[in-house]
Amino acid sequence: MEKQVYQIQHLLPKSYIGKLLLESELPEDPNIIKHFTKLPPIKKELFQVICQRCNNKTPHLFGNIPCAKCNGNHIYCRNCIMMGRVMECEYLYACSGEEVKWTSYNSCLTWEGELTKAQQHASNQIVDAIQKGQSEFLVWAVCGAGKTEMLFEGIEVGLKLGKRICIATPRADVVRELKPRIQEAFQEVPVQALYGGSEEKEGSSQLIIATTHQLLRFYRTFDIVIIDEIDAFPYHHDPSLSFAVNRAKKTKHTTIYLTATPRKDLRLRIALNKLPHTFVPLRYHGHPLPVPTLQISYSLQKALNEKKVPQILLHWMKNRQNPNRQLLIFVPTISLADELTTYLKEQTEVLFKKVVSVHAEDEDRVVKINQFRQREIDLLITTTILERGVTFPSVDVIVLDAGHEVFDEAALVQIAGRAGRSADDPTGEIVFLHDGKTTAMVNAVRSIKQMNKRGGF
Amino acid sequence: MHCLWCHEEILQEINWINLLSPPKQTRICYRCSEQLIVISGNRCPQCSRLNERGICNDCLRWKELFEGEDVITFNYSVFPYTSFIKEVVAKWKYRGDYELGFIFREKFLQFFKEAFQSVSDPIVVPIPLSKERLFERGFNQTEMLASFLPVETQHVLTRVQGEKQAKKTRVERISSENPFNLKKKLNNSVILVDDIYTTGTTLRHAAKLLRESGCPDVYTYTLVRG
Repeated sequence: MEKQVYQIQHLLPKSYIGKLLLESELPEDPNIIKHFTKLPPIKKELFQVICQRCNNKTPHLFGNIPCAKCNGNHIYCRNCIMMGRVMECEYLYACSGEEVKWTSYNSCLTWEGELTKAQQHASNQIVDAIQKGQSEFLVWAVCGAGKTEMLFEGIEVGLKLGKRICIATPRADVVRELKPRIQEAFQEVPVQALYGGSEEKEGSSQLIIATTHQLLRFYRTFDIVIIDEIDAFPYHHDPSLSFAVNRAKKTKHTTIYLTATPRKDLRLRIALNKLPHTFVPLRYHGHPLPVPTLQISYSLQKALNEKKVPQILLHWMKNRQNPNRQLLIFVPTISLADELTTYLKEQTEVLFKKVVSVHAEDEDRVVKINQFRQREIDLLITTTILERGVTFPSVDVIVLDAGHEVFDEAALVQIAGRAGRSADDPTGEIVFLHDGKTTAMVNAVRSIKQMNKRGGF
Repeated sequence: MHCLWCHEEILQEINWINLLSPPKQTRICYRCSEQLIVISGNRCPQCSRLNERGICNDCLRWKELFEGEDVITFNYSVFPYTSFIKEVVAKWKYRGDYELGFIFREKFLQFFKEAFQSVSDPIVVPIPLSKERLFERGFNQTEMLASFLPVETQHVLTRVQGEKQAKKTRVERISSENPFNLKKKLNNSVILVDDIYTTGTTLRHAAKLLRESGCPDVYTYTLVRG
């Protein structure tokens, strides 16, 4: 067995280890191909069709194609097509990474910061879970608790044990933000970041940061998978992603979940003691979470229909406690983000020098978010894309039309978590502007207060 | 039925009209179809580019190049190259999501009837892909477009070169050699079908071959005016 392992590692370039490829992605070298196993691409059962790469079972997410290659009419998967097309007439090729041994790094952590007491406690438990090879562990830490830093010691131990590690998150923005931080903390270890359109595409390193989508390309290769923001869209919404994560793991694995706002299923498992977990109620700077205020505006819908913001909001903007803070305004839809920008530019000329909107379809989103971080933009109007994973040092936050369905409890807690992130300015005002309270708003406020209480405030 | 683009379910409102006569099946929801804006306003009568003052400079240059008579009688395009169209076309053509082509069916047929009603007995000829590219994509997008049209289609062209047009500059495109071969002579008017008209070089290469072999006139019908 030992000999076989040795052979695979030396004959096969690392970029093929633990991969699930399409026929078109397969290399031409027969010496490499022989390490791959053919898998059926699409399974047809009596009443349903299943894509064997993404586990899609939804009938309308399969298409029919008159294929020029096999001269036949057959189905293809439309669900995972952004990762290349799975065709009925082409096999999937899997190269299991189950037996491969990876490098063992001795004390490779180059981060010199210090953990707070609360962080250290959680960090110890993560290390413990990895050493013991526990299959699951949940870290429930409030927004701004410093989740990334808590992972460092765990990752260090994992690398020492020669394990392959993946940090997966549902959002590409978060991958982009994590990459430099992780690389900085482990300077000798090659780290690759994978997301749709990323520069690196190989996926050959021992430590990988990837969007959960990218894990569709992996096959039984990770010993440790850390899923950041497990409650975020689209992970909690798209069953094929948790399927992908499960297939990317080795049979024996440790999965660590990170979240600030666990959803019902996880909370139930915590309550039933079925999921080993730890709770970090304190932000790294030791201050409590700022609690949102609910503000009713009876003319909200009227104002929004006219592409304006309600008077009450303009009044609030002029009378902020700390006018030096930047302002983030969350709106429910992309069109509203763009439309309100013009209006706000005119109305708040005196208060804000530069007003900009950003959303998922915006080509310049990365640039704009960076400008906001550099304080080159004073007021940023955004959709929920900035609800999580991004840190700005000193902001006030407004949720416009907080009663809209996109703002569920988790989203609102996350949005509130954008305020008071730095030790220099640990508070911030958060206003949910609404025209009728929703359960989500009330629950969000209640859960923030509860977390503060558990933190001893 | 679900929307081909956003996958939301399309719910048809029932009123007296569609209760009595079953409605046309749409494959795209109302919200997405709002983004499918067709070219409107003054356009160059020759190439469909948005232009206030008659024939555009590009087309005048083409005319000069062909010594007074352009090989293409005119080009008609349905959509401008908006970011939405760009995204749909990219996923359809490059990612190979064949079904997405049906989004364009209704409009492509409608404007064909409007633009080419005066042409008698036309034959539709889709611009072919090279063999390698066809295998890579699995289907030819222009053949799909041609199949929406209620006219006889003949595949009389073959393509030899493999290099992608989209990656060439304008000068390279115009001076490049003719990538097409003609398999059969046609004596009817021909309407060439392609997905995108960018500089019009590809289409003119094909048109030139057809004209030289005795085709009375060649029109081009394209989905997008790039």
